[in-house]
Amino acid sequence: MTFEYSSAPESKAIVTIDPVYKLFIGGKFVAPKAGKTFTTINPATEEVLAKIAYAEKSDVDKAVKAAQEGLKVWSKMAPSERGKYLYRIARIMQERAREFAVLETMDNGKPIRETRDVDIPLAAAHFFYHAGWADKLEHAGVGDNPKPYGVVGQIIPWNFPLLMLSWKIAPALATGNTVVLKPAETTPLTALLFAQVCQQAELPAGVVNIVTGDGATGAAIVNHPGINKIAFTGSTDVGKLIARSVAGTGKGLTLELGGKGANIVFEDAPMDETVEGIVNGIFFNQGHVCCAGSRLLVQENIQDELLEKLKRRMSQIRLGDPLDKNTDIGAINSREQLEKITELAISGDTEGAERFSAACTIPAKGFWYPPTFFTGVTQAHRIAREEIFGPVLSVISFRTPQEAIEKANNTPFGLSAGVWTDKGSRILWTAKHLRAGVIWANTFNKFDPASPFGGYKESGWGREGGRHGLAAYLKGAK
Amino acid sequence: MSNSKSRAMRLDVKKTYKLFIGGAFPRSESGRTYQVADSKGEFIANPSLASRKDLRDAVVAARSARAGWSGATAFNRGQILYRIAEMMEGRSAQFVDEIIALEGLTPSAAKKQVEEAIDLWVWYSGWCDKIGSIYGSTNAVSGSFYNFTIPDSLGVVAVFAPAKPSLLGLVHSLAPVLAGGNTAIVIASEKYPLSAITLSEAIGTSDVPGGVVNILTGSAAELAPWAASHMDIDGIDATGLNSTQEKEVRIAGADNLKRISSFKDGASPQRVLAFMENKTVWHPIGV
Amino acid sequence: MVTTAAALTDGSLSSIKGFLKTLSPVDQVGADARAAMLATRSIKTASKKWAIDMAISMIDLTTLEGADTDGKVKAICNKAIRPDPTDPSVPHVGAICVYNDMVTVARKQLDESGGHDIPVAAVSTAFPSGRASLEVKERDTKDAIANGATEIDMVIDRGAFLSGDLEKVFSEIVYIKSLCGDKAHLKVILETGELVTYDNVRRASFLAMAAGADFIKTSTGKVAPAATAPVVLVMLEAVRDFYQMTGVRIGVKPAGGIRTTKDAIKQLVLVKETAGEEWLNPGLFRIGASALLNDLLMQRQKLTSGHYGGANYVTLD
Repeated sequence: MTFEYSSAPESKAIVTIDPVYKLFIGGKFVAPKAGKTFTTINPATEEVLAKIAYAEKSDVDKAVKAAQEGLKVWSKMAPSERGKYLYRIARIMQERAREFAVLETMDNGKPIRETRDVDIPLAAAHFFYHAGWADKLEHAGVGDNPKPYGVVGQIIPWNFPLLMLSWKIAPALATGNTVVLKPAETTPLTALLFAQVCQQAELPAGVVNIVTGDGATGAAIVNHPGINKIAFTGSTDVGKLIARSVAGTGKGLTLELGGKGANIVFEDAPMDETVEGIVNGIFFNQGHVCCAGSRLLVQENIQDELLEKLKRRMSQIRLGDPLDKNTDIGAINSREQLEKITELAISGDTEGAERFSAACTIPAKGFWYPPTFFTGVTQAHRIAREEIFGPVLSVISFRTPQEAIEKANNTPFGLSAGVWTDKGSRILWTAKHLRAGVIWANTFNKFDPASPFGGYKESGWGREGGRHGLAAYLKGAK
Repeated sequence: MSNSKSRAMRLDVKKTYKLFIGGAFPRSESGRTYQVADSKGEFIANPSLASRKDLRDAVVAARSARAGWSGATAFNRGQILYRIAEMMEGRSAQFVDEIIALEGLTPSAAKKQVEEAIDLWVWYSGWCDKIGSIYGSTNAVSGSFYNFTIPDSLGVVAVFAPAKPSLLGLVHSLAPVLAGGNTAIVIASEKYPLSAITLSEAIGTSDVPGGVVNILTGSAAELAPWAASHMDIDGIDATGLNSTQEKEVRIAGADNLKRISSFKDGASPQRVLAFMENKTVWHPIGV
Repeated sequence: MVTTAAALTDGSLSSIKGFLKTLSPVDQVGADARAAMLATRSIKTASKKWAIDMAISMIDLTTLEGADTDGKVKAICNKAIRPDPTDPSVPHVGAICVYNDMVTVARKQLDESGGHDIPVAAVSTAFPSGRASLEVKERDTKDAIANGATEIDMVIDRGAFLSGDLEKVFSEIVYIKSLCGDKAHLKVILETGELVTYDNVRRASFLAMAAGADFIKTSTGKVAPAATAPVVLVMLEAVRDFYQMTGVRIGVKPAGGIRTTKDAIKQLVLVKETAGEEWLNPGLFRIGASALLNDLLMQRQKLTSGHYGGANYVTLD
């Protein structure tokens, strides 16, 4: 007899999904001028969830005007009053946490355990944390009299939809800006629910505007003359495009782009916790994480032992229905992303690396990829250089700490890295030499509103979170 | 049996004003109370007259609560303090009535004080998880060492609340002590104690662990020497004491080098730092 | 399989220290996080029913009070055989656990009431403190076995462990195991609440296994914290690793603080996802508990009846 977990589905009853969603502009839900819509699906089942308004240039223009109107009210307010709106938003998000979690899981494909225990609590915490900065900016080390940009345009990705929204909107509002935000095409629903929260919090009209759409909508935001600053999280390629677009316009720009994080394991690492850290680093959120530990740099003398443990651990990863509370890995967010992952992984095979995948039962419908790692990978392999953005790990070995550093840094990216060892001085030495904006020692993928996040090199410009993250939204600040 | 006359003449259920120690509302172990009059000289209430033993009990409660409070994450402390503001807001009317009665203010002036007090409490709540990012540092020492300084909470702090404004002045003193991760014993203003007790009721319904805040009503003159000489109190906010009392407190407090401050100005992160200690850590950087 | 248990160390201090040094360290925060994540597993319906019955069959129903009497012991023996008199489908528990001077009474009561296949475990070696001479510990153990105990739950000398006298800890276990021979299996209680760090728990686990323990047990139940989830996690990792090294499976027994069905099911999840399914039977996993049994019965009743039960619907003893 074995201990099989019976299905433990989270109920969908808490969520009401409308058949059609409009744009959120000037505190109201308004139809797009041309009346176009697109659909959003549940990537675990491929069923259509809703029709979403498609914002064209004129709709973006309307949103910017609403944000400018909102700015007039927002900027006259006492900073402590702005803070209190953010506290209200944080509290309402906490009250409606379960609703947000279920909706996020349905729209994104990630497991309910993650949305419930990580995404949503962190998102609310970002608002709570930044609410406290609103009336303390003169202490924040960003200058005596820091000024907001005004109207900021924000474009966010599909991997942590509500959390990315919080990382953008909370600091922007706390520093006195108003926003026009475009959620990702495949994950608009929690942003639209967030718009409802803004209404419940009685946020003044136009302070937050949500325009749904695709890359063209994003371009309309980037190029809009009424927007004074752009904040973008997404692929490095699009980030570079945006940098070129805003050149010479005087617009502020912060970017949070891709990564190919090195997770470095030394021989004296705490083994079991390291295996958890590796699994968490690349398989958490189906590997759709810019700061994923997608390269495992393992000291050669423990490689075999570590990989045996890793294989064993991977055999316990539960892939399946994201709404099941026991699911560890959910669906890949879209067919398009699945194709990218598949193609890159195949390059690993053809370029001579050796593949291992956890044996998972793949559901008939939906987009899925089993947790996978490749051994025999060297720096020249595509899977060692290019961001896969999926649950695929490349294993590379090293012999000395210097070699580990060189390999870790040998990439155009510089977002994150991990180091596993029992020795404190080695943690600090490794951290000192790594060219990465976020370094996790004996842990991985930990996020907190108080902890600044962002990358070196082609992983982006600027930081989000913490005191340092405020600078992104204040003019004249570094 | 009801008739319109008895409905018109409804007797209100008056509150008994007790101490707040260890999350509970006991009377003074001495059994003593004293009379508080409103601004017109009319009797208002018989709050407890706290004894040195009540103070001692409060210190025990504050000390037991210390590990849990300072060990909680700063974010968690901020959330709990914000919750207290939510509860204060709910009791605004009661605060306003008490201030009107005791301080003789107009309703609009009383309302303004209460609103300022609540907003000030919210302001300090937001400091909990930010103090370290501004007032901590990494220090560029010579040698291959990582060296950082972090502000650490002090411990148990006794707060002598100023008389007026009775609620706002108390918040100015108490909120920063808590924001810095300390536990507190408040000795309320003898003449204007009611805001402190109503505040204790708001705190009692806010998920604040018992003992984090303790509130005593009574005579500062009687209790100050006991607080000053108590070897398990780490710091004192002497704002509510007069200069003679403060001097005596400083003399007695020197026995365990209490950190003693008295504030004249308003809100500032310096008031949080006044009851914190800087800890500096060295760690080698090497393979 | 790398080696035999006997070859891991020769029992001398330097050899023991050398062996323990080869063990991987434990990161406390990481271990806590893993245990917390496994505690979020949601076990419902059929899997819950399976888990409840398995947990009942794993219980070492325990009474270890100074005030224990023949009457008390007889009563828990009856409860052990027939946990729910209204439902014969409820399995019997894994064992009875008593002080060694109660073993005779327990064995007799079990044999006369249809509980022949329920073993009697006796705590031994100056339980719970372990502070006594080797002669006393020897006598303690011999009495228990002579009275009919087929399981011995001994305590390690924590003072010796914490002061670095690992040779003493090791040799005592070896000696008590030799007294057990083939008459009794030996559980070694680490008293993890006194060892405090997870590194100590891991080292003590390996030391006990190398010395011949058949089971490693978290606690006496007299000290808090007892069987916390991260501690049980660390011990399950240890038995798993020991199996990789030697091919031998050692059992694990958490004891103390496991009061509710939820707690018990969390333990089974830990076992499944750490050591593996092979450990999910009373031969390799036991739960030292007393109040837990009734909570399991009430949850079991709810699964069949559909509504919440009450204390009047389970027997006190």
